[in-house]
Amino acid sequence: MSEGTLYDKVWDRHKVTELPTGQDQLFVGLHLVHEVTSPQAFGMLKERDQEVAFPERTHATVDHIVPTGNRDRPYRDEAAEEMMAELEENVRGSGIDFSDPDSGDQGIVHVIGPEQGLTQPGMTIVCGDSHTSTHGAFGALAFGIGTSQIRDVLATGCVAMEKQKVRRIEVTGELGEGVTAKDVILTIIGKLGTDGGVGYVYEYAGEAIEKLGMEGRMSICNMSIEGGARAGYVNPDETTYEWLEGTDAFENDPEKFERLKPYWESIRTDDDAEYDDVVTIDGSAIEPTVTWGTTPGQTAGITEPIPDPEDLPEEDRDTARRAQKHMRVEPGDTMEGYEIDVAFLGSCTNARLKDLREAAAFVEGREVDDDVRAMVVPGSQRVRDAAEAEGLDEVFKDAGFDWREPGCSMCLGMNDDQLQGDEASASSSNRNFVGRQGSKDGRTVLMSPIMVAAAAVTGEVTDVREMEEVATV
Amino acid sequence: MSSPEFSAGEAPAEKVTEVTGTGIPVRGNDIDTDQIIPARFMKVVTFDGLGQFSFFDQRFDDDDNEKDHPFNEEQYRGANVLVVNANFGCGSSREHAPQALMRWGIDAVVGESFAEIFAGNCLALGVPTVTADQESIEALQDYVEANPDAEIDIDVAAETITYDDTVIDATVHDAQRKALVEGVWDTTALMGANAGAVRETARSLPYVPEEDVPGDGA
Repeated sequence: MSEGTLYDKVWDRHKVTELPTGQDQLFVGLHLVHEVTSPQAFGMLKERDQEVAFPERTHATVDHIVPTGNRDRPYRDEAAEEMMAELEENVRGSGIDFSDPDSGDQGIVHVIGPEQGLTQPGMTIVCGDSHTSTHGAFGALAFGIGTSQIRDVLATGCVAMEKQKVRRIEVTGELGEGVTAKDVILTIIGKLGTDGGVGYVYEYAGEAIEKLGMEGRMSICNMSIEGGARAGYVNPDETTYEWLEGTDAFENDPEKFERLKPYWESIRTDDDAEYDDVVTIDGSAIEPTVTWGTTPGQTAGITEPIPDPEDLPEEDRDTARRAQKHMRVEPGDTMEGYEIDVAFLGSCTNARLKDLREAAAFVEGREVDDDVRAMVVPGSQRVRDAAEAEGLDEVFKDAGFDWREPGCSMCLGMNDDQLQGDEASASSSNRNFVGRQGSKDGRTVLMSPIMVAAAAVTGEVTDVREMEEVATV
Repeated sequence: MSSPEFSAGEAPAEKVTEVTGTGIPVRGNDIDTDQIIPARFMKVVTFDGLGQFSFFDQRFDDDDNEKDHPFNEEQYRGANVLVVNANFGCGSSREHAPQALMRWGIDAVVGESFAEIFAGNCLALGVPTVTADQESIEALQDYVEANPDAEIDIDVAAETITYDDTVIDATVHDAQRKALVEGVWDTTALMGANAGAVRETARSLPYVPEEDVPGDGA
């Protein structure tokens, strides 16, 4: 068993007691709530005549079903309106803060937590959403839970969990030009598999990780779950503290910042910590990476051939064959030149200001291909406002992108933003499952925001490094 | 806060020691929650009625014609033991997935391996997720296909799956087994009994202000 890691320390600090099942009862420091997975939990609470135990440690927003176009109430989509109304009633009746669209603070739950400073190192953070692992970027222990567990947290402020193993994933060296955090995590999942992390929490470390800003760390921790690990984290450091100092929680309260910093320092992994497993990946060898299949583990560097299913481990062959048929790709080809119909820049993985800035810098002066419909969906209203203040919206719109309101949007197609028929999308989101983006025949290629920008411009999956060279000649 | 409805020593949930019934095989690794229940069916505020949408996009084409899928086949109507392969239930945390399966009629899922959040969600519903090696699972799937009316018996406590003359040495994760066999899988009741200790833990954390902790008299 691991010892002296951030995971061990945060676990111990939050452990209330051991339950008769052998699980530990953990206190939850921050419970984030959204409209899709919470209504049934509030319903169960009412059935049991219980109230929310820690409303001040709970925060809600609306993201999954919220329209990203016309947001006049009632929403045109009756089901969306019903879910929104239910959430409003539930949170207002319980005294839970709600970053609703009128607040100017609404956004994807994993974008707003960090930007408001709700997310802090050394916290336990849960949400009824598997991408809650995002918050681990701050050195929090953060994981997704199901609706019955949401009921647990609402009613008791706690979650029942078993302690897991810790795998340190050390990404050494410096990332190359055109290579981003997204390429790192796609590479990690490609190497360790979609179930490689089952039973583990991932600690991301090493030079390449330490040099990333918070946005990049969030992209990596976000996709831990795609590798089977329910949680992933990066130890807090000066980069983390700098971000925190600028958030609502601390910008006018330096005293609070100084008071909490020793705690944050104390939960960092010890130098002599013990891990259950250690994996080292050469960051300097990572290329811009994309998916060729229908799981986030079916990835290849942009110059690498798509594998022949016969060359894969036996248990992966069938899935690979079905994926290649669905995607209409051939072993031996690269993904470069794969034609796309849609470019989606958004999601809790990659819709923060830095992502939009990088993509905009690439798009500026270029035009979206005539056959591509391209959209930018900022991660939050604050991201949108900041981007507009810099004129990024104009850059995108001038190039032919649709500039939309914040939400989960085409990452999972619960609102109007969906693939049609067998459209192929270049997507900065996190899942390429069949049907994920709203059409069961739709084809999703996951990639970084700058690779999405490049694909939008050329109409096909493109090695952004070559494009940049062309641009600078 | 209302007082917990469960006091120490009393089991807060039904004991699930055994599941018996007929099987339904769904083959393939990495079957994700978007396949089990597509997101568009989650635009609901209750779990009622989700059962009919299980594996919807695998079962119907664009014109709502039935496709080949075990969940469409007459011979498996009434089956309650789902037999799957590796990494079943990967992807999102949506409890809608096990809720849909349970409401379709599934009482237990047997497979090579399960995604963690999915297995946890199943436990919260009292649905065991039982694992065995690839060979045993594939043999069971073959058997169920050939004998859809044959009885399968899952003994949660003894960790066995029995069919025909075969006894599979299976695994039910320790905590899950204890929770099901002893009837302590209703974690709300279980944890609600420790409210005092919860407040103490909350107060010990430097980031939790005193005003966020409910009063002891509550």
